[in-house]
Amino acid sequence: MASIEVREDTCVGCGVCVPACPFGAISMEEGLAAIGDGCTLCGACESSCPYGAIIIRTEDAGKADIARYSGIMVLAEQRDGVVDHSTLELLGEATRLASADEGPVSVVLLTSDPMDWPARLISHGADVVYLGLDPALSHFRTEPFSKIAEKIIREKRPAVVLAAATTTGRDLMPRIAKNLNTGLTADCTELAIDPETGGLLQTRPAFGGNILATIVCSDTRPQMATVRPRVMKAMEPDAGRKGRVENLDLSPDDLVSRTEVLQWSPLEEGEVDITEAEVIVSGGRGVKSPENFSMLEELASLLDGSVGASRAAVDAGWIPYPHQVGQTGKTVQPKIYLACGISGAVQHRVGMQSADRILAVNKDESAPIFEFCDQGYVADLFEVIPLVIREVRRRRS
Amino acid sequence: MRIVVAVKQVPDTSEVRIDEERGTLIREGVPSILNPFDEYALEEAMRWRDELGGSVTVVTMGPPQAEAVLREAVSMGADDALLLSDRAFAGADTWATSHTLARAVVKMGDVDVVMTGKQAIDGDTAQTGPGIAASLDWPQITFVGRVRELTQDSITAERYVEGGCEVIRSSLPVVITVLKDANTPRLPSLRGKMKARKMEIPVWGMHDLGLSPDEVGLDGSPTRVVRIMTPETSACGEIHRGEPGELAKLIADYLLGKEGE
Amino acid sequence: MNYFLSEELNDIREVCAEIAEKYIIPVRAELDEENRFPSEIIKVMAESDLCGIYIPEAYGGSAEMFGGGSMALCVATEELSRACGGVAVSFAANALGAMPILISGSEEQKQKYLPDLASGVKLAAFALTEPEAGSDAGGVKTKAIRDGDSYVLNGTKQWITNGGEAQIYTVIAQTDPSRGARGLSAFIVEEGTPGFSYGKKEDKMGIRASATRELIFEDCRVPAENLIAREGFGFIVAMKTLDRSRPGVAAQAVGIAQGAMDEAARYASERIQFGKRIDSFQAVQFMLADMATQIEAARALVYSTARMIDAGEKKFEKESAMAKVFASDTAMRVTTDAVQILGGYGYMKEYPVEKMMRDAKITQIYEGTNQIQRSVIASAVIKETASGSRK
Repeated sequence: MASIEVREDTCVGCGVCVPACPFGAISMEEGLAAIGDGCTLCGACESSCPYGAIIIRTEDAGKADIARYSGIMVLAEQRDGVVDHSTLELLGEATRLASADEGPVSVVLLTSDPMDWPARLISHGADVVYLGLDPALSHFRTEPFSKIAEKIIREKRPAVVLAAATTTGRDLMPRIAKNLNTGLTADCTELAIDPETGGLLQTRPAFGGNILATIVCSDTRPQMATVRPRVMKAMEPDAGRKGRVENLDLSPDDLVSRTEVLQWSPLEEGEVDITEAEVIVSGGRGVKSPENFSMLEELASLLDGSVGASRAAVDAGWIPYPHQVGQTGKTVQPKIYLACGISGAVQHRVGMQSADRILAVNKDESAPIFEFCDQGYVADLFEVIPLVIREVRRRRS
Repeated sequence: MRIVVAVKQVPDTSEVRIDEERGTLIREGVPSILNPFDEYALEEAMRWRDELGGSVTVVTMGPPQAEAVLREAVSMGADDALLLSDRAFAGADTWATSHTLARAVVKMGDVDVVMTGKQAIDGDTAQTGPGIAASLDWPQITFVGRVRELTQDSITAERYVEGGCEVIRSSLPVVITVLKDANTPRLPSLRGKMKARKMEIPVWGMHDLGLSPDEVGLDGSPTRVVRIMTPETSACGEIHRGEPGELAKLIADYLLGKEGE
Repeated sequence: MNYFLSEELNDIREVCAEIAEKYIIPVRAELDEENRFPSEIIKVMAESDLCGIYIPEAYGGSAEMFGGGSMALCVATEELSRACGGVAVSFAANALGAMPILISGSEEQKQKYLPDLASGVKLAAFALTEPEAGSDAGGVKTKAIRDGDSYVLNGTKQWITNGGEAQIYTVIAQTDPSRGARGLSAFIVEEGTPGFSYGKKEDKMGIRASATRELIFEDCRVPAENLIAREGFGFIVAMKTLDRSRPGVAAQAVGIAQGAMDEAARYASERIQFGKRIDSFQAVQFMLADMATQIEAARALVYSTARMIDAGEKKFEKESAMAKVFASDTAMRVTTDAVQILGGYGYMKEYPVEKMMRDAKITQIYEGTNQIQRSVIASAVIKETASGSRK
């Protein structure tokens, strides 16, 4: 079994490892680091030690034949035949990574109606499109989708498999990874190829975003990751790109499912719960009228986000209470919180301070929000926000 | 109806602070808690037990002190608890964790439903639930916002996904991962607390589960953390001034993700 | 201060603290604003097994587990009051309503009524006060006239806590007006008894989450077996009930004071004036020091009294009164100072301390005004002096 060891001859008792341990399992005893029961062998101390005095040993468990795997495979996501933007982002990232790797960028599209998507996937960076076509694949279901993906992965042996960290990707990928006996890293925000090993460096936030962990899957293949949507960039489509489409042979057995979708109800406008939103565009006293909130709504919907508000805006009757963020409203934890015309009083701050990133637009340079936001923009929101909307539209088109 | 709820002891990440100078996590004084998402899974399990009869068993894999979250679950109303603890389990990633938990479910026998929280707040992977389902070769319904119906041979649940809600029916046995929309977890009761204090909790290790060292813990984990950093946080952030057009571009860069690397 | 509470009493504190955090604090301002009874929260308390902590196991409760019911009630009431004095009194008033049955009820009455109170299926209320009978219980005008197998009640009870929300009422009425206080008797009246109705719900200064209501009896026929103890024992039953419940009011006052002090200390550590946290100013420091000291002294007195009751001491009228006087005066002073520390913010409804100050006031008034309590204490002291006994 794996073990951790402090080399007594090398440890100088500097104590650097003590706070480096995310689990508080290291203490200093008689001038040496001592590993306690809380140790999970996470390796944080090993990399923190300036003297190389902490060593984690693992037993080599027959490495897979890594050399037989190459290329990057993306599992596409579609709804009603329309491929999700996150798939294009993954293709963009895959082409970027593939320049450091050899082998093709492939994409697996399982659908009942391909429309013109195989060609579009090629124009967005795919060298090969594996197309599984069957009426039973119209709506995502765990079992057929994972079985078919597993089969194609075993057959084609990609070095890397990527899917979006959506509810679909996060349902599908752990199942595949478990069955393939390989590693999976969730919700990555950064991917890179290690120039020394050629392995995939997968970086993701953990501990509520307090730390970023870089994870590798060194001994098994493929290296699998789900990737946070809206982090990677899709490439500019190139209609001249060459690629091929390969139709998959599906057996009736592939399509068997013990779950069935009885009903699908899309959310109606305005039903979005702001506490679940990943992006919140929020307005305060500076927004000045209910009509002006529609501008924020427009930006929010472009970003698949929701609209929030400060108490001042809600009390003024510009937007209903369910949108209120703060002490007397909701506490939110989006990936991005864009505060427009919000001064940032502590009552508001307590509701949104755990957002991953806080952006603030305010005319008043002395507004308290500029003291704790990540990115502050001193500007009139009525000038800037319409330009942001235009810019986002332009880049998306 | 026998329902197993897989739970995890996690550091309360809302209490974790960063030592700005050293760039490390300050763990001191951070309480260990029952993963909040698992409370919803536990409540859902207990509601169906209360309605259909049967029992709810909580299980966790962790160091001996993880027993605390099992006692907390019992104080809230779970019937039994089981701790999977072994030095060999240390360093497990989600593959090894789900492998170990699944083996315990097999050993318990006659389990109809495994429920767990959508994800744990320390790792946020959401991978253990589907991993258990894969190991057991059971169907799964993830991101469940509401269980509509549970009978002796099927379950109907609402799965909350991007842009809508799927109503899914599955045969039993099944693995369910639960969202906080599902219910409001009950609080510990006085009687529950007293029962929890006195309860003997069995501990199963690697050999009890018939597992070998290369399929548990760090050695059984395909992934490995090689580096931990703290994200760059500037206490007062960057303040931009300038032309509205320029600022709008900067904002759009931020909103749409990283620019051409 | 470490009072070395038993694990079981600490369980009560933890359960109440969690209810306070999850269920009371988020809605207390709303309950106060809307004058709304916290039925949902009482239900959670029942599910958490809190309703039976002062009732013996033989009747479905768990008092023995806590070494008696007094400390259990005090710990629970204090912890709940830290979040909201109104919600806490809605809980504690059940014990007040049940107390006459617990102290003087027959075995049949205990078997019939206590299990539902212990499980929280039903709530109780105690009805003594009338428009003309507050501190002077002898002035009770509500009559109960024996008629065959029943008593017929006529009259109005005023300011009854849990009135309209409880299902079981213990009511003090005159069975022999010629004997004044010695003509009083105690009865159990169930909701829905013909002739028993509710009058207006009061619009109060504080503890607005609690229900305070008139009870109206018009030829209300109550079975004779609902008489508690015997005719003429009503005054004694009432006094014994209040002696036992006063530490609860005192615990409520300690909790309110502690809640206000917590808010004030937190605010003082965050508020910056003249470039410094205001808790760095001696003027504020001394206020905090006095608040903390007075609260601890009050708590020590309350716990000592409750422990004395649980230990089986028969005479605790004086100590009960002292605990109530000292703790409630402390609550008024501490909440007033908390508002002062928060300054303008303290005076606004957006912060909880103004409500705590309003809530605190009632603790100096109900279950015997502090003036009456001082009379009780003084007469005990004079008696002790006269008899030469040392206390």
